[in-house]
Amino acid sequence: MNKIEFRGVGKVYPLGADTVTALSAVDLGLADGEFVTVVGPSGCGKSTLLGIAAGLVEPSSGSVTVDGGPVTGPGPDRGVIFQQYALFPWLTVRGNVEFGLKVAGMGRAERRARAERYIGLVGLTDFADALPKTLSGGMRQRCAIARAYAADPRVLLMDEPFGALDALTRVRMQDQLLDTWSRERRTVLFITHDVDEAVYLGNRVVVMAAGPGRVQEVIDVDLPYPRTEQTRLSPEFAALRNRVWRAVYHQPPAKEG
Amino acid sequence: MSAPAEPGAAGTGTARRRRAPEGPRSRVPAAALNAVSLAAGVGVWAALAGAGVQGLPGPVEVAQRGWELGADGTLVQDALASLRRVFVGFALGTALAVPVGFLMGWYGTARGLLEPWVQFFRTIPPLAIIPLAIVLLGIGETPKLVVIGLGAFLSCVISTFQGVIGVDSTLINAARVLGANDRVIFARVVVPASSPFIIVGMRVGLGSAWATLVAAELIAAQEGLGFRMQHAQIYYDLPTIFVGLITIGVLGLLMDRLLLAAERRLTGWQDRR
Ligand SMILES: Nc1ncnc2c1ncn2[C@@H]1O[C@H](COP(=O)(O)OP(=O)(O)OP(=O)(O)O)[C@@H](O)[C@H]1O
Ligand SMILES: [Mg+2]
Repeated sequence: MNKIEFRGVGKVYPLGADTVTALSAVDLGLADGEFVTVVGPSGCGKSTLLGIAAGLVEPSSGSVTVDGGPVTGPGPDRGVIFQQYALFPWLTVRGNVEFGLKVAGMGRAERRARAERYIGLVGLTDFADALPKTLSGGMRQRCAIARAYAADPRVLLMDEPFGALDALTRVRMQDQLLDTWSRERRTVLFITHDVDEAVYLGNRVVVMAAGPGRVQEVIDVDLPYPRTEQTRLSPEFAALRNRVWRAVYHQPPAKEG
Repeated sequence: MSAPAEPGAAGTGTARRRRAPEGPRSRVPAAALNAVSLAAGVGVWAALAGAGVQGLPGPVEVAQRGWELGADGTLVQDALASLRRVFVGFALGTALAVPVGFLMGWYGTARGLLEPWVQFFRTIPPLAIIPLAIVLLGIGETPKLVVIGLGAFLSCVISTFQGVIGVDSTLINAARVLGANDRVIFARVVVPASSPFIIVGMRVGLGSAWATLVAAELIAAQEGLGFRMQHAQIYYDLPTIFVGLITIGVLGLLMDRLLLAAERRLTGWQDRR
């Protein structure tokens, strides 16, 4: 059984008197522990797809199941990392990481220890008592990752988490993410607009198309983990990258309706 | 639905994430600049009075009157009476405004029911309520407190309401995906996220309370800074009026600084200069 299963998922938003079809009949399954990346042109419904899996957006048709159970709302079993970090600015790094644990009713000492561990995992130990406003973009993103991880979700949903970072930080964050993922294997749905990133991180790359938003092609990435700089420079990587690039940028014109 | 822009609350700008452009910073400390500016202002005042502007008392004359009023206890007594009114009215007004603002921001039903009234009363200057307050509530302390409180309430309620509806929905979603229910989201996200707006509302409300004070003390008061000035006006006693004005200004400023200090402590997490 797949960890996450989208079946015929569609989403129609009202737009004035008219409607916009953000997603149409999306079928997609993520195996347990799989890292699936999603690329596609702006407005093709990537965030909508993620929102539906998170339980923040209700699908207009079809269904999503996690472990066979239908998604009816957000829950701590699915961690979400938002593009805008969405840290609570009045809480310190530690306060942010402990938020979900506190909500879950975890005792103080246990909470502390757990937060400590995940703050260490993302390399923010020295900044545990810092407020988000004093952190750089990359540090904020790492804090958001620690917050999501600490709640121990079985599934991680990440919406262009490294979109705002510079190239250098981005590469470091990607390696860090893969490192943590290989240590504590979770199922990841990772959205990006960066073809390289999609290929470098994923077991599979889902290429989406717009108007209406749909899955255009699913490309298997059979590059072994751990992936390194060597992977990035390999001809296999280049070939896959070209394939994904073509699928994203040379899509057949959208059918009307 | 969005409320019309509130010039007082929004314009104060402290609740905004806006960054001032990084201009050349002066090397002279701000306190020194403030002192120089004050001294210059008093100098201009002295010059104008010296040049014989009709009836304008000079700083020395006003300081003398201030000393006299201070020595015979009138000033302290008046100031205490006014402070008590401002404080009680302001406390009642804001204590009511914060929960009402939260209700309006959080529940669509409450907003629908309350907003027309708040918007309607906001268009009426508190001073215009005075005749009504006298007729309905008599000439004791109650109508003064009601009028002062109303002004503070109206400024603060709008600001709180805007703070609540302006809470970033990604923060609410972030809390929801971490397992928070509505009650937790309200207490741990909405309240802290809107606290800068509430404090700005309180500051505007405090300003409004002082603004209403003098007029409220027109209602047959026996003491108070407004009453003293009113009384002095009859005798063309300009120095006393100046003493009253300056006292009100200084007290208002001190109370505002206190709130500002509270704001710094409570909302220092905001990303601003
Ligand atoms: N809340 C909403 N109300 C109305 N329309 C919406 C809403 N959210 C998204 N849409 C529409 O749905 C379509 C898909 O939006 P979505 O945000 O999922 O795209 P995306 O693939 O994430 O784009 P991007 O790469 O730019 O983030 C867009 O046409 C957008 O206008
Ligand atoms: Mg998006």
